[in-house]
Amino acid sequence: MIKNILNLGDAALYCDFGKDVNKDTNTKVIRYFKSIKNKNIDGINNLTPSYNKLIISYDLKKTNFKEIKKKIENLNIDNLDNLKNQKIEVPICTDHIFSLDIKRLETKLKLDRDKIYENFFNKEFFCYMTGFIAGMPFLGDLDKNMRVKRLETPRVKVPKGSVGLTEQFANIYTFESPGGWNIIGNTPLNIFESSKEIEPNLINPGDTVVFKNITKDQHQNYNE
Amino acid sequence: MNKNYFKILRAGINTTFQDQGRKNLYHIGIPFSGAMDNRNYLLANQLVGNKLESPVLEFAYQGPLLEYIGEKINIAVTGDVNFSIKKNNGLIRGNCYETFTLENGDVLDILSTNKSVYGYLAISAKFDIKYQWSSCSTNTKANIGANGGRKLEINQKINLLKVNQNLNSKKINYINTRLINIRVIKGTNFDYFSKEGKKIFFEEEFTISKLSDRMGMRLEGPKIKNIVDTNIKSEGLIKGVIQVPADGNPIIMLSDHGTIGGYPKIGVVISADYDKLVQITPGSKIKFEEVELSSAETLFKLYELETQNLISQI
Repeated sequence: MIKNILNLGDAALYCDFGKDVNKDTNTKVIRYFKSIKNKNIDGINNLTPSYNKLIISYDLKKTNFKEIKKKIENLNIDNLDNLKNQKIEVPICTDHIFSLDIKRLETKLKLDRDKIYENFFNKEFFCYMTGFIAGMPFLGDLDKNMRVKRLETPRVKVPKGSVGLTEQFANIYTFESPGGWNIIGNTPLNIFESSKEIEPNLINPGDTVVFKNITKDQHQNYNE
Repeated sequence: MNKNYFKILRAGINTTFQDQGRKNLYHIGIPFSGAMDNRNYLLANQLVGNKLESPVLEFAYQGPLLEYIGEKINIAVTGDVNFSIKKNNGLIRGNCYETFTLENGDVLDILSTNKSVYGYLAISAKFDIKYQWSSCSTNTKANIGANGGRKLEINQKINLLKVNQNLNSKKINYINTRLINIRVIKGTNFDYFSKEGKKIFFEEEFTISKLSDRMGMRLEGPKIKNIVDTNIKSEGLIKGVIQVPADGNPIIMLSDHGTIGGYPKIGVVISADYDKLVQITPGSKIKFEEVELSSAETLFKLYELETQNLISQI
């Protein structure tokens, strides 16, 4: 299933699953990621799945490119059934205090806000990857008529919990961070809890996410 | 009741707790972090008789001014650092790679790193700090790790738990060498760049920008022109990756880097050169030199052997 394995420097393996970014390719990446993770292969110290790539970092004191490449090529990949994907509902409030870029979206998409939110809330999203900042999920795919580019000038501070759109993806800012995504709402749900030793992130690659519209009051008084 | 502690009289520019860093969390967006210069980190711990993977204080450019209250401990500073210890009966000039004893009331002044960026302070005692995902390393961008994920601040107290009663004096002779040519392996998007751009990358000098930190090192110099696409589909990064965004100025990913990036990768710094790379100060010029994977692996073995030799001499 891996199209090509290359070295990325001297301490990582670069597995290419093909050019296209779609659910099918990404599901293959996630299957490899979860299988390798479950096998706890000695010397591997990090795995980074993304849309169509998997990067495997290893400890050069213990192993090398040739050894890890061989192990990956001869790996038995677990069945999809064993992947334990979850379906997660994320409440968001779209009040104007949170929907920082809705006007921009109305202009760029030539859709009114009701139509934008209708499209958004009717969508079942697939988590392609998490990262960039801790726990941030990259969720796809938005319909073709909902796709816009990043802000020309990124914000210095995007508030924690902001839900943003860019091209075919939605994401959630797990903590306050600089960023350029088009913000359409805010969730009171903690997507990343750094106090948790195990699985601090709520949404993992392969999970399904749906958004639920809540009022400003519900947002304020939200209890997990 | 903590009877042994440090009081921070000056925090320094970027003083954080660091250890070996954390593994297996890239997939949720958490980088390795850990001591930037791994060799100097290990040597500091070995000098004071700690386990090699113990936490230390890492500082950049200007270190902290620390007042020590408590029973006798040993300290060691590594890197290329000017420091002194103010005692009741006078001032002692410190030497790196040598243990010094701190007594109640002594003040340790870590003045500056000398033509380098990072230095390390290890003590023969256990810092009272929290671990997060098996590491104390502080990542100030994500507020992860010891000290609430923040750098040290003035007037703060650092409590010590267990003090090692065994205060052997130790010393080695070691001089940090400086690299001008940084060795790299071609990156996975090397062919995104123009023929001239590739030539520039391996032949011209680049200046390290002041906008460099534990996340990344920004370079300025002749622009490297992209002829394919200035963005790639976002994918994983590792430390040492050299990305070139649309403006043509390379950025080298360092220990606290974002885990995913969307700029083409022109090269990756070899593991053997990482400790030396991070010590090069802003304003300095560097050049890249291409090596093959097999050479990089051999160079790392040699570097590792040299580190182990130094440790065994202590």
